Amino acid sequence: MSIGANSVEVEDLVKRFGSFTAVNHVTFQARTGEVFGFLGPNGSGKSTTIRILCGLLQPTSGLARVSGIDVAKNPEVVRKNIGYMSQKFSLYNDLTVVENLRFFAGLYGVEGDRLKQRIAWALRMANLEGRESSRTATLPGGWKQRLALGCAVMHQPSVVFLDEPTSGVDPLSRRQFWELIHQMSGEGVTVFVTTHYMDEAEYCNRLALMYRGKLVAFATPSELKRTSMKGDLILLECESLGRAIQLIREIDEVREAAVFGNALHLVMKESSAPIAPLRVHLEAHGIHVTRLEKIRPSLEDAFVALTGHAPEPAAESA
Amino acid sequence: MDWARTIAIARKETLQIRRDLRSLIVVLVMPVMLMSLMGYGINLDQTHVPLCTFDQEGSQQSQDLLKRFAHNKYFDLTLNARNYDEMIAAIDARQCTVGIVIPLLFSQRLREGDAVGVQAIVDGTDPNTANLVIGYAQQVTGDYSTTVAVNFMQRRGLGVVPPLSVDARTWFNEELESRNFIVPGVVAIVMAVIGTFLTSLTIAREWERGTMEQLISTPVSALEVIVGKLVPYFVIGMADAAFCVMIAIWWFEVPLRGSVLVLAGASALFMAAVLLMGFLISVVAGSQLAASQFSLLITFLPSFLLSGFAFPIDQMPLAVRLFTFLIPARYYVVILKAVFLKGSGLVANGSQFLGLTLFTTVVGTMAVRSFKKSL
Repeated sequence: MSIGANSVEVEDLVKRFGSFTAVNHVTFQARTGEVFGFLGPNGSGKSTTIRILCGLLQPTSGLARVSGIDVAKNPEVVRKNIGYMSQKFSLYNDLTVVENLRFFAGLYGVEGDRLKQRIAWALRMANLEGRESSRTATLPGGWKQRLALGCAVMHQPSVVFLDEPTSGVDPLSRRQFWELIHQMSGEGVTVFVTTHYMDEAEYCNRLALMYRGKLVAFATPSELKRTSMKGDLILLECESLGRAIQLIREIDEVREAAVFGNALHLVMKESSAPIAPLRVHLEAHGIHVTRLEKIRPSLEDAFVALTGHAPEPAAESA
Repeated sequence: MDWARTIAIARKETLQIRRDLRSLIVVLVMPVMLMSLMGYGINLDQTHVPLCTFDQEGSQQSQDLLKRFAHNKYFDLTLNARNYDEMIAAIDARQCTVGIVIPLLFSQRLREGDAVGVQAIVDGTDPNTANLVIGYAQQVTGDYSTTVAVNFMQRRGLGVVPPLSVDARTWFNEELESRNFIVPGVVAIVMAVIGTFLTSLTIAREWERGTMEQLISTPVSALEVIVGKLVPYFVIGMADAAFCVMIAIWWFEVPLRGSVLVLAGASALFMAAVLLMGFLISVVAGSQLAASQFSLLITFLPSFLLSGFAFPIDQMPLAVRLFTFLIPARYYVVILKAVFLKGSGLVANGSQFLGLTLFTTVVGTMAVRSFKKSL
């Protein structure tokens, strides 16, 4: 497959569970060798899509292709060429580090010299050298995640699906994990990763944003930030945020207002709308404004603008 | 089927079994426990039945008959009642199971050649015991009656006519020890319970712990998963089977007259059948708790009641008799009893082997089919 070709193709994909539509006519492509971010709140259909791509769920309709192979028709062929890391930690806690690696290598048909090399590589990659015979149960969360990644890529697959690989992992381990993701992508592996974390979304080459089963945006992070907002984004720092947000919402020119840390982010209905009246309105009600300025939107702002909701904190999702 | 993947599964399963010492101990202790419980607990012979007598006459002859009752391995004399009420009270209090009443004028009527009835009052709350006791009582009085008749004729100067008797010879279980008949069946029940239990948890456990999602994302096939998991449990199950057979032979002293090879073959086939049944349960049940309860439910009672282990299948109503064909222990119990007591071989047990093979094949196919590589 040539560089730049699509290694994951999803066309008009639908998955229903009874009357609930988990994935609703979704279409996107991931290019070979890119880090493809799959973003969205809990229950937005990310995990369902990833499971369809790994052949773990049958789509209701539509097409899912990995490396040009129809997953629904040839799941076993696809399984040989992909690595999958599920949301929940799913290695054997009662086996040691090296026993887990050897087990998955066995299932993927990695043998002989290649087995030795791959185990040595995985231990180095996961920074688990010296912990070969530790029971997996005794490892800290971040180490377990790296080991799970090692197990999932024992057979050097061309596409890797990672379902929230860093949820519940400390920030340092998260950073290390993303270094591994970029390393793999640098070697030509397509990494398909779902996440809750906006900072992680920034590390992706391209993002697909899911919301309530629908694909609401599909672009690079910078495109998303640039195009998702029609009006200007305004930062407002003032006293008593709760009352201020009530007052701001009375103003016609403001499309949306949301609390962001210890300030408010406002989206105006039109770009280049005057912002001075905002200060006047608040000060007239006795609220002192310390800062009022136009800012560049973050990915989180784009997310809010596209879905009308703040991203939820990481937690178990369906 | 890919052997490397099957071996990978078998090796992983073996490691997990070795790390789970508690379960391993349970599996090795369970046969000893069940074998001794059922080997000793289930006894269909009735000896030393507590006996109460009420001799209304008190003659030498009446005492002579009662002595025949008392000096017998079937009866133990617990009370010589002086009146009816005392005897009834003793039966009510479960002090004795049977009361023998000798009527007045017993010896006089015997002398005159009249028929005399000896009354036996039996506690019928347990009909099986009551039946046996009546049989024993008839035997004792029958013997006595023969002696009396012979004496009577001799006194009249008539020739001695030997009374007609059945000369019964029992084959295969010469002493009619019910233990010899029960213990081989117990082996089957123990193996059914343990075998099914062993595998009933293994698939459900992977679903519960979330490891199944990772496992089915690999190219491993359902057949490879089941065969790979079967191997270590088969080894444990066969060790348990050997253990049970050794207890039967050396502890309960049941004679093994047939070939060990036929016994091993039948046991291997039966073990495969019950392990696969466990897999099927495990796949269907979804949770470990449900799987373990269900496996106990469908092995213990059916194997106990419907295998012909203690209760003859021929005596069951047709519908129940047909149902017994779905119970693998049914075939194995017949083979076990035949190999142990009759010493018969493969050919004589051909239809049982065929039945067991068919059962194993069907259950195995169902287990592989029902294992879906999807969520």
